[in-house]
Amino acid sequence: MTTLKQQKQIHAILLGTLSWTIALILFFPIFWMVLTSFKTEIDAFATPPSIFFWPTLENYLTINERSDYFHFAWNSVVVSFGATIAGMIIAIPAAFSMAFYETKRTKTTLLWMLSTKMLPPVGVLMPIYLIFKDFSLLDTKTGLTIIYTLINLPIMVWMIYTYFKEIPKDILEAARIDGASVMQEILLVLIPMTKGGLASTALLSLILSWNEAFWSLNLTSSEAAPLTALVASYSSPEGLFWAKLSAVSTLACAPILIFGWVSQKQLVRGLSFGAVK
Amino acid sequence: MAYLDIKQLRKAYNETEILKGIDLEINDQEFVVFVGPSGCGKTTLLRSIAGLEEVTSGQIVLDSTDITQLPPAKRDLAMVFQSYALYPHMSVKENMSFALKLAGIEKAVIEKKVKETAEILELGPLLERKPKDLSGGQRQRVAIGRAIVRNPKVFLFDEPLSNLDAALRIQMRLELAKLHKELKTTMIYVTHDQVEAMTLADKVVLLNQGKIEQIGSPLDLYTKPANKFVAGFLGMPRMSFLDGKIVSSGTEGIQVQLAAGENVSLPTRETSLSTGTPVSLGVRPEHVSISDVANGHLQARLEVSEHLGSDTYYYVKTPTNESITIRSDNQNKVNDNEAVGLQLDLTQCHLFEKEGNRIY
Repeated sequence: MTTLKQQKQIHAILLGTLSWTIALILFFPIFWMVLTSFKTEIDAFATPPSIFFWPTLENYLTINERSDYFHFAWNSVVVSFGATIAGMIIAIPAAFSMAFYETKRTKTTLLWMLSTKMLPPVGVLMPIYLIFKDFSLLDTKTGLTIIYTLINLPIMVWMIYTYFKEIPKDILEAARIDGASVMQEILLVLIPMTKGGLASTALLSLILSWNEAFWSLNLTSSEAAPLTALVASYSSPEGLFWAKLSAVSTLACAPILIFGWVSQKQLVRGLSFGAVK
Repeated sequence: MAYLDIKQLRKAYNETEILKGIDLEINDQEFVVFVGPSGCGKTTLLRSIAGLEEVTSGQIVLDSTDITQLPPAKRDLAMVFQSYALYPHMSVKENMSFALKLAGIEKAVIEKKVKETAEILELGPLLERKPKDLSGGQRQRVAIGRAIVRNPKVFLFDEPLSNLDAALRIQMRLELAKLHKELKTTMIYVTHDQVEAMTLADKVVLLNQGKIEQIGSPLDLYTKPANKFVAGFLGMPRMSFLDGKIVSSGTEGIQVQLAAGENVSLPTRETSLSTGTPVSLGVRPEHVSISDVANGHLQARLEVSEHLGSDTYYYVKTPTNESITIRSDNQNKVNDNEAVGLQLDLTQCHLFEKEGNRIY
């Protein structure tokens, strides 16, 4: 007979093993990418894959010679931060009106907004490409910022809406009686009260924008190309250079990985959609 | 000075009318309590006065200024919410000075006002704390403090004590009464608790289904209820009602034949009611006593008794299935299901028309 305590222990061990397995499966590609980036091209192609090898920085040096990493990184920074700031500026007032001035259509609007995320991006590539061409937005940071803002907006509004919904209406009414304008209500009361949720929303938008590849590949070529475009340029027609591709991917992932690691607590809170207080 | 005049105030959400034409005058320094069952419109009326609800029609006039369309902050009112509605990210001091800061008042003046208010409410040592570090009673005091610093013409309270436990509620009730004496300001207070209404109010406004049933002093409402609703709403336990019909009426009083017993004669001023008019006799629990079966005005059977120590409540049922509650301060043991006689204090009984309006 197993006692309740033993049962609990077995349960904990099983659960622990499962989470570690999943975590390792998720982490392995990243680990392999970083590992490969320090191999020579020959080591990188070896079958069976070589685990022990003489590390080299050769790939990183080649990349630095062949392309201007900081040009692409700067574009990534500008576009992701730009899209995040623009998204927050639009999403906060939108979520405010939806959360506190709900109408019959609010729920439908929210669902409709989210449903646009289910649309395959390639389905609207043609119209958007043409619009961008007509407005001379192709291969510009402004254009990319606009499109990133728009794709992240539904999820941002939705997230901020759920955070605002947790705020009792009384507090905003108290502020109104105290003499606060709508702007002051939002800036002095609502934002400070939901800053945790807003931070995780911004973080998510930042990560999504940083990692976005479809639109950056299709709407930029050189001038405004972010890191995702740089990575893609290394899977060239001359053949795949695994080691170099790994090195450039590592360079593209590194900033956001470090950023995500530092802010993981915030991110977990954000993704649990306010369920954890 | 604060003289509030509400004229034909109406509020409707889509098809549903919440306030059906409220007329009310509130005098300077008066403590007015809006009371009524839930959904009667008392909170909506308060929120309309505060400017948090847009009214459908009617007028709210404060000291000869029409404030019906003014935004809340411009009305010179302060409100204390049921949930306290403190700003959780601000300290007690910041909470209390928020309105003054927004109004652009000098820092030194704000500092002084907050200090003064904190003294009145004994909040001095708590000024630097955040709301989450305060007890329920302290939070309520901060909410009141936030209202006081603004020095408003009228204070609005929306069920401010209902989130507190019973002991604290009684204490805060007394403090509010004291505060009203000290501040000498007009206060409007919403509650569903009739004890709060009876103890705090100079004037009680009893609402039901969006209409005012009666306005008056607490005792007026208790002793001379305008109708059956008011009579039944105020008083714990509630007034009991007995069906009957008029046998005769004239200078010597009114004779009523009760469905459940013999004729009773109510000493009253002259009224002319035609014989046979159906009426309802209202009697409060303290005006019925238990007697021998043979001596009572009517007979009944005991269903339940509740011994509260100081008082005992007896719940009895007449042969015609009408319920009567009796409050008694003697501890006589009456067994469940025992037949008892009921003696009514006829000078204290109320008589209502079948539709509910008071006859006597």
